[in-house]
Amino acid sequence: MDSGRSDRDAGRVKLPTAIKILIAGGFGAGKTTMVGSVSETRPLRTEETLTDRGVGVDDLSGVEAKRTTTVAMDFGRISIGADHVLYLFGTPGQQRFWFVWDELALGAMGAVVIADTRRLADCFPSVDYFERRGTPFIVAVNCFDDAKRYEVAEIRMALDLPPDVPVVLCDARVKESSKTVLVTLVEHAMAARLRTRPEQPVTR
Amino acid sequence: MTNLSGDPTGEQWIDDEAGRIVRPYVMTRGRTQPSRGKIDLITLVVSTGPAAAAEPGLGPEHHVIVKICERPLSVAEISAHLDLPAGTVRVLLGDLVDRGLVALQEPVQETGVLDLETYKAVLNGLRTL
Repeated sequence: MDSGRSDRDAGRVKLPTAIKILIAGGFGAGKTTMVGSVSETRPLRTEETLTDRGVGVDDLSGVEAKRTTTVAMDFGRISIGADHVLYLFGTPGQQRFWFVWDELALGAMGAVVIADTRRLADCFPSVDYFERRGTPFIVAVNCFDDAKRYEVAEIRMALDLPPDVPVVLCDARVKESSKTVLVTLVEHAMAARLRTRPEQPVTR
Repeated sequence: MTNLSGDPTGEQWIDDEAGRIVRPYVMTRGRTQPSRGKIDLITLVVSTGPAAAAEPGLGPEHHVIVKICERPLSVAEISAHLDLPAGTVRVLLGDLVDRGLVALQEPVQETGVLDLETYKAVLNGLRTL
């Protein structure tokens, strides 16, 4: 990277700090709905392709060799003042998309795992992934109108979550509810960050 | 591979498994990797000035990127605006960085190294949405 030139050019404009939060969960759990309810624009879509670089390096179990794999992701943007911009990425829950997860999880502030109580098992891979990777995450139970209501404790038990992982009930369609979910996540991530590196200076 | 019959131009070719494959890789002249390091989906891109219309080696998509990045945009947003895969956008961005037409700002690449002020700013921002 020609960082000298990049730095100088970037210096002309004060660029905000970009931050990402992942919204994970099974198909139809409400990922895009949550991204849309809290973002400043309707959800946008991007697409990642697994190229040659991954073959033989990444875990491709479940994906036949030498086949191009594409995954579409919906995402949204929340501008926070002039200095920060938060991107929310809806990430597909299936394990065969892990090649995208690894890239997305890199540098992510944290992740929301959306659970649909009608298909709770769909969010197991996401929970396992973030637990193993050490990404701070919370579980947001999307309360669908036609789904049986469960207590948070029942869901916590069913997902076998560590005691410090917050579980919240939400309605992904409602901005205030999605906001509360994100605030809970960032508080949790900040607490985790303080536990692991309490000695760090406050400013960069 | 099948030609998507609904498309009157016949331009979009669709692989049954992989989706659209031809156009983006023609645009990058077959390249799948950018000319320089890894570029994240939330890497911010900003134009450093207008591109000369006849800049050799640049296609219309390059010029669109320079135009829309007059205000900083992430790679994901450029991908969405151009309706191109992120990988294709990365290659095009590599061309533009080589020519000094855009500057990139990489995000923090490790969880846990964000400073506390960032967490606080995000919390305050979310609460006042």
